[in-house]
Amino acid sequence: MPGKKSGVDARVLQENLLELIRRTSTQLPSDVVRAVHQGLRREKKGSTGRYALEVIRDNIIMAKDKSQPLCQDTGVIICYADLPDWCPESTFRKAFEKAVIKATKVGYLRQNSVDSITGINSGNNLGPGGPSYHFHPIKGKSLKVRMMLKGGGCENSSIQYSLPDNRIGAGRDLEGVRRCLLDALIQAQGKGCGPGILGVCVGGDRGSGYIAAKETLFRELDEKNENPTLARLENRIMKEGNGLNIGPMGFGGATTLLGVKITHRNRVPASFFVSVAYMCWAFRRNGFMMSGSGRISRWLYES
Amino acid sequence: MLLEAPFTEKKIRALRVGDRVEITGLIYTGRDAVHKYLHDGGKPPVDLTDSIIYHCGPVVVKEKGKWVVKAAGPTTSIREEPYQGPLMEQFGIRAVIGKGGMGPKTLKYCKKVGAVYFHAIGGAAQVLAERVVEVEGVHLAEKFGAPEAIWEFRVEKFPVVVTMDSHGKSLHEQVLKDSTRRFEKLLG
Repeated sequence: MPGKKSGVDARVLQENLLELIRRTSTQLPSDVVRAVHQGLRREKKGSTGRYALEVIRDNIIMAKDKSQPLCQDTGVIICYADLPDWCPESTFRKAFEKAVIKATKVGYLRQNSVDSITGINSGNNLGPGGPSYHFHPIKGKSLKVRMMLKGGGCENSSIQYSLPDNRIGAGRDLEGVRRCLLDALIQAQGKGCGPGILGVCVGGDRGSGYIAAKETLFRELDEKNENPTLARLENRIMKEGNGLNIGPMGFGGATTLLGVKITHRNRVPASFFVSVAYMCWAFRRNGFMMSGSGRISRWLYES
Repeated sequence: MLLEAPFTEKKIRALRVGDRVEITGLIYTGRDAVHKYLHDGGKPPVDLTDSIIYHCGPVVVKEKGKWVVKAAGPTTSIREEPYQGPLMEQFGIRAVIGKGGMGPKTLKYCKKVGAVYFHAIGGAAQVLAERVVEVEGVHLAEKFGAPEAIWEFRVEKFPVVVTMDSHGKSLHEQVLKDSTRRFEKLLG
């Protein structure tokens, strides 16, 4: 039994991971649901924008009740795992991959992994680079797993700026960052399903910037940024972004954004990147804490 | 308002931007691979005269020998912008359902051939899947994979909004213009 050797029951781990995938694909986190309802209250009765949010609200309820994917594009599978001693990376990987295969078979995940050279769909969501793992060995006792499913529409709407950017008059300062974020919303309209959420990283290199931008989307929408400067910028972008009147699905209206999360990384003097991970309203993230005995002590994002 | 098959030019020409429509009849899914295939001279496996093409890569599984739609929301349409208009004209496609709208080339063809763009709510895979009452067939699945195949969906009261009509009007054009004006004002 591979489970015996590594100190964790591989079958229990696999079942827990399958349940994590099921919940991620079929249920929105409670902070996102709250934000959708706030948006609904803002939109004018009878407007096309409000109609879009009403359908979205119904869809959230229906997906949960039927235990079926919220959105047919179950996206790229992003998985963060904090691994204690009893859960080696290889054990985790094996269990997660088995869970992904099963989840694809029963329809929690769409067949979403295509060979970029041959165009052939692997049919089981596995292939070079997928799922996208981020492992961190930790000293603690609990295994923490967080995952995100990010669909193609919103991933295609993500954008990276290299400042200065003359087109939008963005210099290498916070005003420049502000201009990038508003521009990102203009560019994303109609492509990423709005209302959206921006995960942003100021600085870093082109690779680390995008990774940090996505990672910051694990923060809850109503959680205040610890950095007061960034907290202010987040609020300002929320207000100005919603004032663009792009609205739900780009139909026009007061709800263009459900959240803005900004983080930062140091940069080399010659570079100033602003990486924007655009997330659609179908913001599927979930996670759990699990003990060595296999018991899930807590689901993240469900309160 | 209701739109029932057959999807004739007369019925389509009567639609205007902003109309909320419920579609009943047979529609076909088709996305990137199908559009490129038809554009490159591939033969359509179904008759596309007066048809509705749905930009959708559904989750469909076989249960007890029958296809069951698990999720079926729209995909981003603009990727088909180079192909859509000419394909409408060549095959008599009367409407497309998708999300995000399409560009001036498609709008021009909508006017020319008498076609419209229906916007389904992006991500609303369950609300939309529920209106697919039967899967009547599937084509090109082995060649392109399940999400890219042509699925024949029998739909009942499938909810969409007209965002581009056959009279040259586009809601997307309007919102882009308005939001860009506001954006420029914010930048000062």
